[in-house]
Amino acid sequence: MRIFDPHIHMTSRTTDDYEAMHAAGVRAVVEPSFWLGQPRTSPASFLDYFDSLLGWEPFRAAQYGIAHHCTLALNPKEANDPRCVPVLDELPRYLVKDQVVAVGEIGYDSMTPAEDTALAAQLQLAADNGLPALVHTPHRDKLAGLRRTLDAVRESALSPDRVLVDHLNETTVKEAKDSGCWLGFSVYPDTKMDEERMVAVLREYGPEQVLVNSAADWGRSDPLKTRRVGDALLKAGFTDDDVDRVLWRNPVAFYGLSGRLSLDVTGTDATHEGNTILRGGE
Amino acid sequence: MNHPHRAQHGQDSHHIQGTRHSQVGPRAQPALAALHARLNTHLGGAARDWLDQALDEAAAHPGTHGPISAWELRIAEAGRRCGPEHADAARVLLLHAARAEPDALTRVYRQGTAAERIAVLHALPHLVPGPDALPLVEDALRTNDTRLVAAAVGPYAALHLDPHNWRHAVLKCLFTGVPVDDVADLPRRAHADAELARMLGDYADERAAAGRPVPEDLYRVLALTEPTATPTGTSRSPGAPGTSGASGKES
Repeated sequence: MRIFDPHIHMTSRTTDDYEAMHAAGVRAVVEPSFWLGQPRTSPASFLDYFDSLLGWEPFRAAQYGIAHHCTLALNPKEANDPRCVPVLDELPRYLVKDQVVAVGEIGYDSMTPAEDTALAAQLQLAADNGLPALVHTPHRDKLAGLRRTLDAVRESALSPDRVLVDHLNETTVKEAKDSGCWLGFSVYPDTKMDEERMVAVLREYGPEQVLVNSAADWGRSDPLKTRRVGDALLKAGFTDDDVDRVLWRNPVAFYGLSGRLSLDVTGTDATHEGNTILRGGE
Repeated sequence: MNHPHRAQHGQDSHHIQGTRHSQVGPRAQPALAALHARLNTHLGGAARDWLDQALDEAAAHPGTHGPISAWELRIAEAGRRCGPEHADAARVLLLHAARAEPDALTRVYRQGTAAERIAVLHALPHLVPGPDALPLVEDALRTNDTRLVAAAVGPYAALHLDPHNWRHAVLKCLFTGVPVDDVADLPRRAHADAELARMLGDYADERAAAGRPVPEDLYRVLALTEPTATPTGTSRSPGAPGTSGASGKES
């Protein structure tokens, strides 16, 4: 089973996770820039993070035979902090980088005017740079948040078929599908979706334009949830082709809209001797 | 960036300036022409056209203009235009076409992805006659990204890196698994270096004490430190960057 996790925050994960992900079939990931748990207080902190997503993290991933791309943006939560907003002025020079395959995560957290402004500005940046957009839908007041998100997309220069709305669930999937956007589902141990509900959603709505991710980060989460969904789908009677479509071809098609996806990782595998994340003294 | 050496060189005679420059100029041009020719044989038609246009544009409009200069934009997108395996050579050629000096190279490095930073390091021996760009080499040597470390120990470091930092660079290669074949001019710089020999011996002792194998490369370098060793042999010429970027541990 080949797996492309289209949303995972590897910065927060260990090399053990990379090893387990490779063993489970993960060969490609996209890491969206997001909140780090601890609030940032200046654009410089964002820039170091962006540099890491374009430098160190792809290097770590490659040691385990996993292709790493990223999406960059000012996230919705920190869009409310005036100290962070100037990072929007720095984004254009980052969005031209080869490994940036979308603008994201953008969207709503508390649905404030500041979030409206940041979302509209960054949908425009996506259009200007020929990139699709990864749009996070809020955890609180989710359906209202989805509707406001879809309104913002309709008012933007970006066509819905270049937008992935993420963290969907049973209450938001229908309206999201009707909008023509790509549909993202995050599978978590406790919150968001789980494997069995994911199977039920795919039964009802089909695999078209559906992406499943682990969204694993610094909180309680599991980077192998993509594989567990694949196993649950096969057990429920879906074909290998269905699973490949959801876990590989759909993310390749969506992020491929950037024209920047490069899935070759050469010369490494999880056990490649002497070429791991060495500090010296091993 | 600081130029601790520039003022000092300014006091030097033109003869010395000229001598330093001659270490770059006459060799850089044919080497880069060869690199360009080799790259052209690998690129498809669209990529070749893109590169030709980008090189003309860089030559016509070097320097800094606007929030991001057009030639810097071309450097950023070289991977998706030429293919990741050819981007390094394309970037080196673009930096040369734009006549990038240490300030511009520093900006491209600091604002660059890992791949762009590696290209800047590969371009240094072709573009910077003096030690002005050493802070970039030192920055790369502080990372644990073996692709950057390998690119940092090229001919520019061989020419300019001070003995202390150079010895630590060699040791870091041994620590992180960068083949010492990537260290340019190794036989010349290691020759009769008693301090390097001591550091290598101590490292070998530490490995042995921990019951770990000593890297084969360590003994190769140790042999080169012997005063009786011949300080010639394999060295990477400044004129021979590959078309596929950093060697060995690029992965």
